[in-house]
Amino acid sequence: MLENNSVGIVAPQIAHFNSPLQLKGGEVLTQYHLVYETYGKLNKNKSNAVFVCHALSGNHHLAGKYSADDRHTGWWDNLIGPGKPLDTNKFFVVGINNLGGCHGSSGPLSINPITDKPWGATFPVVTVEDWVNAQARLADFLGVEQLAAVIGGSLGGMQALQWTLSYPDRVRNALVIASAPNLTAQNMAFNEVARQAIITDPEFHDGYYYNFGVVPRRGLRIARMLGHITYLSDDAMGAKFGRKLRDGEIKYSFEVEFEMESYLRYQGDKFAGEFDANTYLRMTRALDYFDPAAEYGGNLTSALAIAKANFLVISFTSDWRFSPNRSREIVKALLDNELSVRYAEVTAAHGHDAFLMPDKHYHDIMRGYLNMIEV
Amino acid sequence: MGSFEENIAISANIRSDFALIAKWIGNKAKVLDLGCGDGSLLSQLRETHHIRGYGVEKDDSNWLKAMINGIDVIQMDLEAGLSGFEAQSFDVVVLSQTLQAVLNTESIVLEMLRVGREAIVTFPNFGYWKHRIQLVAGKMPVSKNLPYQWYDTPNVHLCTIKDFDEFCMKHEIEIMERLVLTDKEPINFMPNLMGSLAMYRIKAGK
Repeated sequence: MLENNSVGIVAPQIAHFNSPLQLKGGEVLTQYHLVYETYGKLNKNKSNAVFVCHALSGNHHLAGKYSADDRHTGWWDNLIGPGKPLDTNKFFVVGINNLGGCHGSSGPLSINPITDKPWGATFPVVTVEDWVNAQARLADFLGVEQLAAVIGGSLGGMQALQWTLSYPDRVRNALVIASAPNLTAQNMAFNEVARQAIITDPEFHDGYYYNFGVVPRRGLRIARMLGHITYLSDDAMGAKFGRKLRDGEIKYSFEVEFEMESYLRYQGDKFAGEFDANTYLRMTRALDYFDPAAEYGGNLTSALAIAKANFLVISFTSDWRFSPNRSREIVKALLDNELSVRYAEVTAAHGHDAFLMPDKHYHDIMRGYLNMIEV
Repeated sequence: MGSFEENIAISANIRSDFALIAKWIGNKAKVLDLGCGDGSLLSQLRETHHIRGYGVEKDDSNWLKAMINGIDVIQMDLEAGLSGFEAQSFDVVVLSQTLQAVLNTESIVLEMLRVGREAIVTFPNFGYWKHRIQLVAGKMPVSKNLPYQWYDTPNVHLCTIKDFDEFCMKHEIEIMERLVLTDKEPINFMPNLMGSLAMYRIKAGK
């Protein structure tokens, strides 16, 4: 069953690129492809395109279902659709799986055109800047010169911000949600623990696990469990699980005793069964390396001087992974440059995950802002 | 205290000082409005003075109204200071009928003068004779500019014109202009007694 305001049944598409892409790390991708999905129609002036950038474990499947009996919708289905805050009656919305991803775009799971073998561990380490460059090539491919908006949460917000720096004339609005101008040491520390869990898994085989017919499930599982702890607030975990026991009594064992453990194990297992470890390593590195102020002696105001877009910056009060303070740093740099910026600090209990939740006030903000964009 | 935001919203509607504030704002000035409500003042100044305006608003529903009014509005609590704004980055910083409702009054006024080359502060004059009479009669004053009961008022730092003059002197704040009003009419005779609304145009002293 599809809701009335769903984008309906959707299908991914693929775009192949044969012109070389210079990566920030020094390597060059001679050929690559991007998997993407679109919702709504590109208007005659080609002025209504919106790119939605995904976060760490996301992909191009933003909204809708792949078949009528598909049990899952795209990851931002509550935001995107006809009549929804990101209204597909008005906008041509595009979701893209980033380079290095594991959902169809060129990445560790795809074939290296030079060797005719899967890239595996040899796929280069890619950055937010590289992703944005590849996304700009997709905009070219779609015939879109200027985006009405780029939207992203978390790592996706970093891409939205980077768009305004790499292509200041090609983006009119940037919606930077639950994001940060770079990672704190604590944030990078979480990433390092996640990577170590994967890399030290005996089944990782230096990233060549495909050759051995195994995957580093234990590592991926622990990485995801750790991630989930940081995406939720203490309060949200308390409200959801508290100290609830799964079987009603303590068994004095190391099996699942508390509901919270059951949740983490479920999430870990689910993720380990569907996500690629080499992709996970690369996504966390893209997060670590993002730091537009670095080239300006740490001065974010100077780094953002090139931006021309209008900004909507949103943070969530209980988000400790990308706290409101980090969004305020972005806002200050935008104010220093006298750019148009609206900043909302949404009261939310869900922690970092709040950006994916259909909170009314949050969605009213998104709807209100997106309604004002002229196409 | 749940009615605090509501009260601020009500007072935003009765702010009668907009037109006068506008007189102290230059054409194309860069203006920061603290506690901007739904953004009416900035919208108006954008029309009449072609200003570059930014608003600060804490309340969710006012913030949303201001954004939909096309205002560049930053959601934050004034009490936390203005560290998100560079020194001397605005021509004018406005605090319209909010001074009496803030806790860190002293630091907010000083922050305004750090961020703005000038500041405009307006507040209800507690020394107004109608207020004094009510106090003499043994009651907390309630008036058009102070429309609250003692138990539901957001106003925690009420002051008189004399008090604010002394505050400025103590903090070496230069009073560039002062306007005192009752029912939108300027009051020049015994303003601390006869005036219900005080408006100050100030800047940091030498």
